[in-house]
Amino acid sequence: MIRSVLIALLVVAVLGTGYWGYLEHQEKNAVLIQAENNYQRAFHELSYDLDHLHDELGSALAMNSRERLSPSLTDVWRITSEAQSDLGQLPMSLMPFSKTEEFLHKIGDFSYRNAVRDLDQEPLSEEEYEQLKTLYSQSGEIQDEMRKVQGMVINDNLKWMDVELAMAAQDNPGDNAIINGFEIIDEKAGHFSETDFGPDSGHITKTDEEIAERVEGLEEIDEQEAVDIAGEFLDRDKDFEVEVDTTGDGLAYKAYSLTIEDPDDGHDIYMDITKKGGKPLWLLEDRQIETADISLYDASEKAGKFLEKNGFESMALVDSKQYENTGVFNFAHMQNDVRVYSDAVVVEVALDNGDIIGYEGFSYIANHEKEKPVNQSLTREEARDRLNPALEVMEHHLAVIENELEEEVLCHEFFGTIDDDTYRIFINAENGREERVEKMDRAEPVYDFD
Amino acid sequence: MKKRKTGRLTRILVALLVCMQISVLLPESADAFSDQIIQKGATGDDVVELQSRLQYIGFYHDTIDGVYGWGTYWSVKKYQEEFGLDVDGLVGPKMKHMLEKSTDFDKEFVHRMLKEGRKFTHYGGMPLDKQKGKKPGTGKPGREETARKPSEPAPAQPSPEAPAPETPAPGEAAPEPGEQPEAPADETAPAPEGTPEAAPAPDEGAPEEDIPDETPEEDAAPGDDEADIQEAINTPEGFTDNDIQIMAQAVYGEARGEPYTGQVAVAAVILNRIESPTFPNDPAGVIFEPRAFTAVADGQINLDPDDTARRAVLDAINGQDPSGDALYYFNPDTATSGWIWSRPQIKRIGKHIFCE
Repeated sequence: MIRSVLIALLVVAVLGTGYWGYLEHQEKNAVLIQAENNYQRAFHELSYDLDHLHDELGSALAMNSRERLSPSLTDVWRITSEAQSDLGQLPMSLMPFSKTEEFLHKIGDFSYRNAVRDLDQEPLSEEEYEQLKTLYSQSGEIQDEMRKVQGMVINDNLKWMDVELAMAAQDNPGDNAIINGFEIIDEKAGHFSETDFGPDSGHITKTDEEIAERVEGLEEIDEQEAVDIAGEFLDRDKDFEVEVDTTGDGLAYKAYSLTIEDPDDGHDIYMDITKKGGKPLWLLEDRQIETADISLYDASEKAGKFLEKNGFESMALVDSKQYENTGVFNFAHMQNDVRVYSDAVVVEVALDNGDIIGYEGFSYIANHEKEKPVNQSLTREEARDRLNPALEVMEHHLAVIENELEEEVLCHEFFGTIDDDTYRIFINAENGREERVEKMDRAEPVYDFD
Repeated sequence: MKKRKTGRLTRILVALLVCMQISVLLPESADAFSDQIIQKGATGDDVVELQSRLQYIGFYHDTIDGVYGWGTYWSVKKYQEEFGLDVDGLVGPKMKHMLEKSTDFDKEFVHRMLKEGRKFTHYGGMPLDKQKGKKPGTGKPGREETARKPSEPAPAQPSPEAPAPETPAPGEAAPEPGEQPEAPADETAPAPEGTPEAAPAPDEGAPEEDIPDETPEEDAAPGDDEADIQEAINTPEGFTDNDIQIMAQAVYGEARGEPYTGQVAVAAVILNRIESPTFPNDPAGVIFEPRAFTAVADGQINLDPDDTARRAVLDAINGQDPSGDALYYFNPDTATSGWIWSRPQIKRIGKHIFCE
């Protein structure tokens, strides 16, 4: 009797477990299918975009008048941005596909630049037309390859989940058809990117290369000298505990990385100093600041003194912000009453004791030695006339900024308001171009859901 | 001897009384600005007071939120220009003194409004209960209203409420020295030396009676208001607080337990990817890119980040980059991809190797 009851119970238990397992399995499958569908959507949209891109570049070429290209080029720009967004949804980050992405970026950059410029005034040059042709044929090649991969995926029912697994398994990811296909595309795109896109083709000069150029030729320092520089920079005695490391080959310049134990309170201070010339690049102190005992104004004075002491000449405070108990100050170099924003330094001050807890001088080091533009052919009033009449001008400065082409340009800087919003507008002092218009952020209300 | 003692006692008593008297007479002195010079970008109680006082005389029409932003900056400069101070946007002792004399600041009202998250204004010569907005977020404001109404004692709604001028003329609010002692005993009443057009004295009884009655339960804990209120916060240009939060979650999931620079470096890698043409162009796009971050893949991104992670993100946004422009990093002990080893390495921080 008891036995049969037990058996019955066991049978029920087994059946129950089986049913539960079946449900779990179904659920897991549903989730997997959904993830797979997301990948498939992104993938097929990507190939649709590339198809479309080729067509649109083609119709731009076929347009009779070079002045009417704008709509077509705008479309190209939109499609590249969509393709980039689709790429971002595919598990590609460990797959070498960056050259294709760069290629897309370049097409986007080229079409944007030419779409927004006034083609009536300044139609495409012969050279740019050639570039457009090249882009057309190159995008055609990419389109072909992409179609091949897409056909394969559809015919063989290839799954992106398998791609993920293959990449995670790591034992020769080249076995996967999709991965292979993308590798071929990327190789092609790699050859394209050597094509010349003209001087303003959005070549991004990296800050590290600029810094390397600046410190080239300066005297190399050794570790002990780096420690001395750090001590002086921080205004600390020299008997602190310090660990020195050097940076690797990935950076254009060589630097010492210092980890200093603050003798006062035991917190760690981190700092990088270039090997050549011994220039402090950045500094960070790891400390949670719990109270704000000094005012932002006093802190900004301290930040200013800190810069002065360390040989930064005529720096002016251009912006300050309080983040809870830290003051963050942006300084710009002043050259004859011109704010040189490209020579910027950021200093952070703890508002509990006024210590400097952060410094960052990448752009100062990269740009300071460069000669600044001084040509001013527009007066303040002439520049003022080019502003939106609805803007009520509140402040004016002369300023040097880096424009979109990464050139330093002299500008009239206007701060003004439209209704309650504040805007900052840079008008090129030489040619009157509106270099940059920024809407200044307002303080953000705290959303408290507790 | 005895007489002397009593004499002393009475003197102490008198002194005490005088003290009390003064504290009753001059309640503002306790609420007035601290002695810091207020500079653009500051946050906290002094800024709330500055904005309220500027609004009282019609110089400031934006939200009173405790953040010295651009709106406040222009108001301060306008005030400085109007009254012949140095037009530098710094609120020093002189300007504070002038403001204290010419305007009234109802700290209790303002801080309660901020705490309750209501929309409100603080114009002079206007009953405060008319400047008070609805409580947000409850979803059923109607019930709130009715729930509070019965608790209001009878004298809460005095009838003679002359409509006050909506926009006091700034020019009329010029500070006139020597009027300070006239400040009424009740701290909630607007000072009579406000604008001449402002509501006449008899009407000013209205707000002063209304305020404490509106939410009597709040009166029990005025001490809470002493803490620095931050109803709005500074965020770096181009990022919202929510962006910062998402990035802090990613940093916490990826690099908690790493040295501080390691955390800043991870945040910097996210920002470098946003800048880079080969990655998505916004924080969420970069962070949630499939297989980009292990913390996203295994769900650790949903952990609550600590203050350090948030601080690291802010530092990175403010320009710090200990990674040296890195786009990738990996943990050499757990890295599964051979490809990642082929990238040129920049430096090692804690457990992570950062590379181009």
